[in-house]
Amino acid sequence: MMAKPFFRTVYDVPREEYLAPGHGLCAGCTAGTIVKLLLKVAGPNTIVVNATGCVEVSTTPFPYTSWKVPWIHVAFENAAAVASGIESALKALKAKGVIDPSKRINIIALAGDGGTYDIGFQALSGMLERGHKVMYVLYDNEAYMNTGIQRSGGTPVYAWTTTTPVGKILKGKIQQKKPIAEIVAAHKIPYVATANPGYFTDMMNKFKKGLEVNGPSFIHVIQPCTTGWKFDPRYGIVLARLATETALWINWEEEEGQFRVTVSVPRRKHVRHYFELQGRFSHLTEEEIEAIQKEVDLEVDKINKLVGRTVIGPLVE
Amino acid sequence: METVLKVTWKRLPLSSNFAIAQAVKDADVDVVSAYPITPQTTVVERISEFIANGELKAEMIHVESEHSAMSAAIGASAFGARAFTATASQGLELMHELLHIASGLRLPIVMSVAARALSAPISIWGDYTDVMNTRDTSWVTLIASTAQEAYDSIIQAYKIAEDPRVFLPVMVAYDGYAMSHTYEPVYVSEKADAFKDYIPKNSQWYTLNPEKPITMGSIANPDWYYEFKYQQVVAMKNAYDVVREADEEYGKRYERKYGIIEEDGVEGSDITFVTYGGIFGTLKEGVEELRKKGEKIGLARIRLYRPFPSEDIAKLAEKTKALVVLDRAITFGVGISGPVAREIISSLYSRGIEKYVYSFIIGIGQRTVTEKDIAAIYEKVKDMYVSHEMQKESIYWGVRE
Amino acid sequence: MTQEKLLGWKELPLGGAILEPGNSETRYTGDWRTFKPVIEQDKCTRCLRCWIVCPEPAIYIIDQPYTTKSGRQFKFSVEVNYNYCKGCGMCVEECEPKAIDWVEEEK
Repeated sequence: MMAKPFFRTVYDVPREEYLAPGHGLCAGCTAGTIVKLLLKVAGPNTIVVNATGCVEVSTTPFPYTSWKVPWIHVAFENAAAVASGIESALKALKAKGVIDPSKRINIIALAGDGGTYDIGFQALSGMLERGHKVMYVLYDNEAYMNTGIQRSGGTPVYAWTTTTPVGKILKGKIQQKKPIAEIVAAHKIPYVATANPGYFTDMMNKFKKGLEVNGPSFIHVIQPCTTGWKFDPRYGIVLARLATETALWINWEEEEGQFRVTVSVPRRKHVRHYFELQGRFSHLTEEEIEAIQKEVDLEVDKINKLVGRTVIGPLVE
Repeated sequence: METVLKVTWKRLPLSSNFAIAQAVKDADVDVVSAYPITPQTTVVERISEFIANGELKAEMIHVESEHSAMSAAIGASAFGARAFTATASQGLELMHELLHIASGLRLPIVMSVAARALSAPISIWGDYTDVMNTRDTSWVTLIASTAQEAYDSIIQAYKIAEDPRVFLPVMVAYDGYAMSHTYEPVYVSEKADAFKDYIPKNSQWYTLNPEKPITMGSIANPDWYYEFKYQQVVAMKNAYDVVREADEEYGKRYERKYGIIEEDGVEGSDITFVTYGGIFGTLKEGVEELRKKGEKIGLARIRLYRPFPSEDIAKLAEKTKALVVLDRAITFGVGISGPVAREIISSLYSRGIEKYVYSFIIGIGQRTVTEKDIAAIYEKVKDMYVSHEMQKESIYWGVRE
Repeated sequence: MTQEKLLGWKELPLGGAILEPGNSETRYTGDWRTFKPVIEQDKCTRCLRCWIVCPEPAIYIIDQPYTTKSGRQFKFSVEVNYNYCKGCGMCVEECEPKAIDWVEEEK
């Protein structure tokens, strides 16, 4: 049976902040929300390895840092490899008695979609295969936001980006979003989950589990980006929730091979509600929206069959 | 040296690769991350055996690329562990980005490089183009010429890298194949961890420690970046003295030392050959033959490529009439295309020392160089020198028309 | 930053390390705002939703008991730190009892 969730209500969330304000993330950047809550779960005995990206540049402009835990940035494509090195060093120094073997230090690799789906994919796969006890957190804003909204392997089909513009012939991204969490799960690591800051207790429980398993874990978090997705900054969390309410984003976890949907959606919303709020999809035609809706319907069927009951309900609005 | 820990030696037949593995064990390295590449691979194979047999207590990270090898070494070193990696050629190129970051973060990583030619076309054979490509990465670079020196240099490398005046990574290069795979008698420590008072573990560099949380690898805008790079300029300058001291102390403790430039018969010579790496052995033999015929020839081997020992070069040049620099690498698109020849010319020019310096490119992709080549190069240089011929372009020795 | 004396290479930590954790809190971002959220303590149900979503963080729990006009007692309050609030409005959007007003900044 499932263990009781650690974070059941907001009152279970620790007050201590390990992300300091004064950082330069955009107003309404949900990466701030995600990282802040991640650090509340992890606590002070934590080392963060941050791949190049929005969070990295916005939180550490010398001589200022927003991090209250030890933090390192090395490059774009190697957060998983650097974290592997830290974890191995921790093991070696414990074995040699330099560090108390009972001391627990969380090692978190934090990267965006570019640093995970694309340039960092090899290092990630290597880390997973080798089985380092590292929690890899992917904050997925579905494009290279830090360099100015270029498409990545995580960009969804049809989305406008600066390198998939809406032109006379081509309209947005042609290809599908890479199923990164499934690919990671195929490595058969102890824990993989998808999460959404709109369901913060679910997300935080996943961070907690990810840190506790004996081996690598991977948490894929959707991160609405006001600048790149083109929406009013106040709607960041609304959009995150809409992604799940429309089943475009399903919150699931796979723990030791057991697949579970952790946030069920009894009454499903039409994908148009999600698209309507975002400028990056403003060029979509009715036909295109309906085509995506059909795909989502199929995916929902597949998930419900996989789970063996209706966890994602019918389309109602 | 009041309390010198005695090291008892045993003499083993070892390739430079195995000698290096032995040194990694004797330096009590904590984390090794490496990816297989010819001709480096037997270094990490042997280290793996030491770990498997419990002779070295270390974590071995079998990374999926050299890029990750250096990344993991950076992570391990940033956590305060003594880290090691080994590579060659394409592997070193794949690491290149991280070479700058390892030094920029001021992490005392040690790496061995079995110098090998670069693709394309692919060549698994030796030359120094890979090593010379790391010129601007701010790594202290030693080039060994024997397996014994490779062993001793790895031990010394930790002494240099972990010195607070330096805090830079150190590379120990040596010839792919000619050294990596040929056996020589090597004295190695009888006991593991015999060097712990020469290279005590104290991790004084900045590390990731939850007790004292710091931010490493911040972003530096134009107001700050330059100062951090200048810190590296100073550290590199300091490294010169530290390399010398580390070698002196090693010599006092263990009765083997190498200096910055190894030289022989330079004083009063007409012409002095300058080179680096294992080819020095061939050069010595070739020059021996010529000396028997009464020629006054000096010999020099540069052991330190970065920081470049310009003062030592100047002193060396004062003792001879002309220098012949044998480079096993090409910097394309410039007349004098031997990387070390260029450094020597610049060192002499900036000190107002007027000497003939002749640049020869040899041994590219491990093209054979014999004592006969040395004799022929000598004849050629003698002619040039006698007729006061200046050289605007390197001579590509032995290339077929 | 331009008013500060910039340190020279000898004084700076090596390699761009930042030794003071969380010192970005000395850098205020409140001037990014054009609108500001104002919490009506009487309407606030202390659900802490705003505190959860604020990405700065610029919303804090203050251990100050509060009694609403209708007599409801709370052991703590929630307040916005305007030094940091960038005025994104996520807290306003997330507030179920509509207890956060969205007020234009006076220039």
